[in-house]
Amino acid sequence: MAILGAINPMLSVGLDGDNAWRLADYVKRGGYRALRRILEGKIPQGDVINEVKKSVLRGRGGAGFPTGLKWSFMPRSFPGDKYVVCNSDEGEPGTFKDRDILRYNPHSVIEGMTIAAYAMGAARGYNYIHGEVWEIYERFEEALDEARAAGFLGAELLGSGFSFDLFAHHGYGAYICGEETALLESIEGKKGQPRFKPPFPASFGLYGKPTTINNTETFASIPYIINIGGEAYLEAGKPNNGGTKLFSVSGHVNRPGNYEVPLGTPFATLLEMAGGMRGGRKLKGCIPGGSSAPVVPAATMMDCTMDYDSISKAGSMLGSGAVIVMDETTCMVRALERLSYFYYEESCGQCTPCREGTSWLYKVLHRIENGQGRADDLDLLASVTTNIMGRTICALGDAASMPVQSFIKHFRDEFAYHIEHKKCLVPVDVQRAGSGFFTA
Amino acid sequence: MLTSESLKRIDREIAKYPADQKQSAVMAALAIAQEEQGWLSSEAIEFVANYLGMAPIAAYEVATFYNMYDLKPVGKYKVSVCTNLPCMLTGGVDAGEYLKKKLGIGYNETTPDGLITLKEGECMGACGDAPVMIVNNRRMCSWMNPEQIDKLLAELK
Repeated sequence: MAILGAINPMLSVGLDGDNAWRLADYVKRGGYRALRRILEGKIPQGDVINEVKKSVLRGRGGAGFPTGLKWSFMPRSFPGDKYVVCNSDEGEPGTFKDRDILRYNPHSVIEGMTIAAYAMGAARGYNYIHGEVWEIYERFEEALDEARAAGFLGAELLGSGFSFDLFAHHGYGAYICGEETALLESIEGKKGQPRFKPPFPASFGLYGKPTTINNTETFASIPYIINIGGEAYLEAGKPNNGGTKLFSVSGHVNRPGNYEVPLGTPFATLLEMAGGMRGGRKLKGCIPGGSSAPVVPAATMMDCTMDYDSISKAGSMLGSGAVIVMDETTCMVRALERLSYFYYEESCGQCTPCREGTSWLYKVLHRIENGQGRADDLDLLASVTTNIMGRTICALGDAASMPVQSFIKHFRDEFAYHIEHKKCLVPVDVQRAGSGFFTA
Repeated sequence: MLTSESLKRIDREIAKYPADQKQSAVMAALAIAQEEQGWLSSEAIEFVANYLGMAPIAAYEVATFYNMYDLKPVGKYKVSVCTNLPCMLTGGVDAGEYLKKKLGIGYNETTPDGLITLKEGECMGACGDAPVMIVNNRRMCSWMNPEQIDKLLAELK
């Protein structure tokens, strides 16, 4: 187990394939103890929020916003409907941690959401689950049934005056619904197109009511924080980067998977946990926080520690903690072309700079990759990105632009070679060998 | 239009939302309709809209926005292959090419016997299991090397 880096028993137990997701197993490892303590001890709402603030838990979905602060924005003492919503619409390429949390520890999310609902005075919640992971959706529904039957959800929880019910809502294939206001539109039964902010969801959210949306891993971290205390959780990480985090490691490593480590752990250690580089090949670059995060060249990456501040200093972002590892067999032009296709395909079409811009980015990269690049294409790409960034309602436009800017910045020679020689610096058979498909 | 079993499932979805927010069940209802009928005809979309008391165009907007809905008939099995970057690095693109060769069709095409439709998918949130593919929007298949793909094809009859 140690090899998988399980630290938080409510988060990581089972990542090794141990199928102990049911309520009884969860309770055995300390589950629902935090909720029970809060409800039976009648701990004031503000104290719960303060404990989360003390932990410096930062949103695990990508933006890294302090969770306790977000909770304090909710008008908790005002009467009327309020909602807590969990964002399990995990579709950022490279990210696959929420799937494992829901697969192995669905009750940690249920308990975390229930504590959040108590702290913010919400009576109803939804967990929005990525449509592609259907088995996970079904399992979560089963876990909800278990929790209801045991009195952890429903009316008058554990005999307290507090009532809360929680439901699962599934997506059906739209990356944009990971954006919190698009997600709310989607729960309302509409196209998932982001809303203008302000108003922020804490004042105008689901069905126009005050709503707080947090990522799956954020909610799943809550019971542990309540159990060990905010300060102890903070100390498990490093200052301003509280606690532990799941990192999804994918790409050219021997053992892709999810690894829980304290924030501040050296990248080299994480890479080692993931079995090191496949075939002993050399690291070329790494995208440390999901496909939207700028790529970091090997030498810089090897000096990073895995936390918000260090990765930000390296010119990228920790994002969702999705670490995409690329070795020397990777053609950076092809890699970027594929990412750009993704953003072009997933732009919701609402804002012109994003809708048109992502299409231009993909088309220009496609022609470079296919030997039809023009001498001024790199300037053209740069100009398209600056015309997208900051001019759209949501962050998808920026997310599409940052990979383009960073790939060209760090691997410019490779793009120039492609344009000039109409072929790749990395021979196609070398790329193929790198994927390992035919030798597996 | 839909069987009583499907309607019962849709009713269960409606019950998850406040009484005046039936439209919230439209995504689930369309998925259930597609599961029963294999794809979403305009008639099916309109039926779902009427059942939920919403404008048919609003349901149509949803059906066209989310890419797991099929607005045209597909084969008995729809196989979506993820070729996004993390999968690509671990053989996702090669897996797609292997399938194309085996089936003699390209992406968005169906085998002449109507058995299998091949689709190129976007990130399925399972990059650690690459290459991954999904059968009929429901069954996630992990670590799909040539041997695993052969096994899957033999099973899809």
